[in-house]
Amino acid sequence: MSETMTTESHVHHPDYVKIWAVLVALLLVSVGGAMSNIRGVVLVAAFGVALVKAYLVAKNFMHVTVEKRFVPYLLLMMIAFIVILFAGVAPDVMKHGGLRWSNDAAKQTVESGMKAAPKNE
Amino acid sequence: MSSIAKPIANGRSATGIPTARLITWWVIASEIVIFGGLLAVYIMHRLGHPEWGAAAAHTNTVAGAFNTFVLLTSSLCAVLAHKAADEHNGPRAAKLLCLTSLGGLIFLTIKGFEWAKDIREGFVISSGGFWSYYYTLAGLHGLHVLAGMIIMLIVAADAAKNQELQRVECIGLYWHFVDIVWIFLFPLLYIAR
Repeated sequence: MSETMTTESHVHHPDYVKIWAVLVALLLVSVGGAMSNIRGVVLVAAFGVALVKAYLVAKNFMHVTVEKRFVPYLLLMMIAFIVILFAGVAPDVMKHGGLRWSNDAAKQTVESGMKAAPKNE
Repeated sequence: MSSIAKPIANGRSATGIPTARLITWWVIASEIVIFGGLLAVYIMHRLGHPEWGAAAAHTNTVAGAFNTFVLLTSSLCAVLAHKAADEHNGPRAAKLLCLTSLGGLIFLTIKGFEWAKDIREGFVISSGGFWSYYYTLAGLHGLHVLAGMIIMLIVAADAAKNQELQRVECIGLYWHFVDIVWIFLFPLLYIAR
């Protein structure tokens, strides 16, 4: 056929099954960590492992690291926008009071929610 | 590069990579802002509302974990399809893309059962802050899975005839991104309590 043009094989294909097995093992670690009910372990097992899994997929399946350099920069720039959004807005959302302000509605919501919630620890 | 007359998206590579792949990266960049913005806003609300932990305890961790496994496996199929396309083996790439789509179908089916159970128990999108984010985040992600499945089947139809094999990598990139989004949604919605 004349239309067999593919991408110009710009990537070396590693052993994808091995990488998949590592990803599945990491998934088991995050689920196991979640069952420990120890806050620090849960956070590391869930979010630390998620970061590692995302990196492995981006590096080995999406081949970001062998792509033209502007591509990872483009993606990192988008992530930087999110960080700026978070840094700018989070203080108002996460805190319910400050020196000259108080978000009484949020405080009441948290208080009534905590009273209604079953104790899980 | 091929000298055959092709649409500009297939042949031109002014930036050093084929335009089709460049467009895919741009789509992914814009999706990072969409999902990243939603995730950032969810995280800041979640940290400001410890009472959401009780609502999060109702989500089914086993179903979420199994869906993560399904998406990781479908990503494996997608990247193996890319490898097959690089080897000019269109029919194999098409088969692997169909398997990837099947993974998407399994994912959406499990999600459907999960949502049906949640709704039967009275947890709907208006039940509270956590549920509002839960349905919005998982719903938007589900729509992306559905879109990916449809596009993948169209790409597979051409790939089976050894045509337009460059598209296999592009749809694969998109699918891996959808997988990465779920990798973050799983701990946020199913594990953090």
